[in-house]
Amino acid sequence: MTPGHGWLVILASFLVAYILLLVPLPAWANGARPEWVALVLFYWCMAVPHRVGVGIAWLAGLGQDALQASLLGQHAFAYAVAAYLVLKLHRRIRVYPLSQQALIVLILLSLINLVQVWINGFIGRPTPAMTYWLPPVIGTLLWPWVFIFMRGVRRHYGVQ
Amino acid sequence: MTTRVVLLSMISVGLMALDHRQHLTAPVREGVQTVASPMHYLVNLPFDLVDHASVNMRSRRALLEENARLRDQHLLYDARLQRMDQLERENIRLQGLLESSYEVEDSVLIAELMRVALDPYRHILQLDKGTRHGVVNGQPVLDAHGVMGQVDSAGRTTSQVRLITDPGHAIPVQVNRNGLRSIAYGNGNLRELDLPHLPHNADVQPGDLLVTSGLGGGFPQGYPVARVTDVVREPGEPFARVVAEPTAALDRSREMLVVRSRTGDKYIDDEPLEAQK
Repeated sequence: MTPGHGWLVILASFLVAYILLLVPLPAWANGARPEWVALVLFYWCMAVPHRVGVGIAWLAGLGQDALQASLLGQHAFAYAVAAYLVLKLHRRIRVYPLSQQALIVLILLSLINLVQVWINGFIGRPTPAMTYWLPPVIGTLLWPWVFIFMRGVRRHYGVQ
Repeated sequence: MTTRVVLLSMISVGLMALDHRQHLTAPVREGVQTVASPMHYLVNLPFDLVDHASVNMRSRRALLEENARLRDQHLLYDARLQRMDQLERENIRLQGLLESSYEVEDSVLIAELMRVALDPYRHILQLDKGTRHGVVNGQPVLDAHGVMGQVDSAGRTTSQVRLITDPGHAIPVQVNRNGLRSIAYGNGNLRELDLPHLPHNADVQPGDLLVTSGLGGGFPQGYPVARVTDVVREPGEPFARVVAEPTAALDRSREMLVVRSRTGDKYIDDEPLEAQK
């Protein structure tokens, strides 16, 4: 496989994550939408840390800010920091069983959420209700499936 | 890697500060919006197709029925409009006597809602019209029942609308019954607006219609905004707690009107002052 091919797969996976982010959901489910982009990002940071690093994480976050009409840089900042942590720990996380990986993902997703709350508080938006903490939990529950699916994709296309 | 993350964090903080303080100039915002819009169109596409299909596959009978109903409605509105015409003329004459200006009619642009999910903790909608169609930042947006919000950032082919119920939004209103002026703030609830500055003895009661006052120049005068639902006069509090419900169907309207002419421009424009010198 050529290296350019791998980039295409990575880009496509982020595009799918963006679509999942934007697809309208019924009102009751809208608040529980997991951070798809973050999940995909974590996987790539773990699997191919030499390709997807802090810079890509930042760009992915910036893309999300542009699409979601949040403050420019809000997600970019959180994702860069989260990706940094994943990269620091990737050797260990990679060999953990899925349940333990999910716990790490829960911590990382909560961190991203916390950063959002801080930024929102800083610029004077009201503190959200407790349901604000639902997406990280949903994301954690989805992590094993995301991981298995993404691993299948990576192996199928031979992204190294 | 560590230096890179620190550097990127600093860039993000700078970017957020610029964006929040609105020093990011309009072209930058418009650029971001334009780059994002193909993605929005892509997500919206299946819903559009389903809409088209359901319109095309309607039965003849249903269409005929709808046609008859709309015809009746049209007749009714026409009759009302005749009276409106006469009232408007009279109003212009009276305003003329008072030597104040009065915009006869606002031209509007019809825009459709795009079904994409944006930041769930802000009340922002995406429309399928942008600067190419003449939308500019700050334009008021209405639906058939009242004011919905204003254009927050306009891209080339799409634009984002901040609803009047967004926690960061305020709209100058007056009570239609007696002209009492106030400001209605959004509080993050789609069914509520707060009017926190009315004193205890203010003449406002549940059921009162609030219309735009036209002060501040952002919104044209006289469009319905909300209906007062609750007035609580707590003796210990300095102000009454007045809650109103928006008349516009904020979470149901698909078609919206972007108002083109802005009556109040003269208030915020300092050109007339320059001219007087």
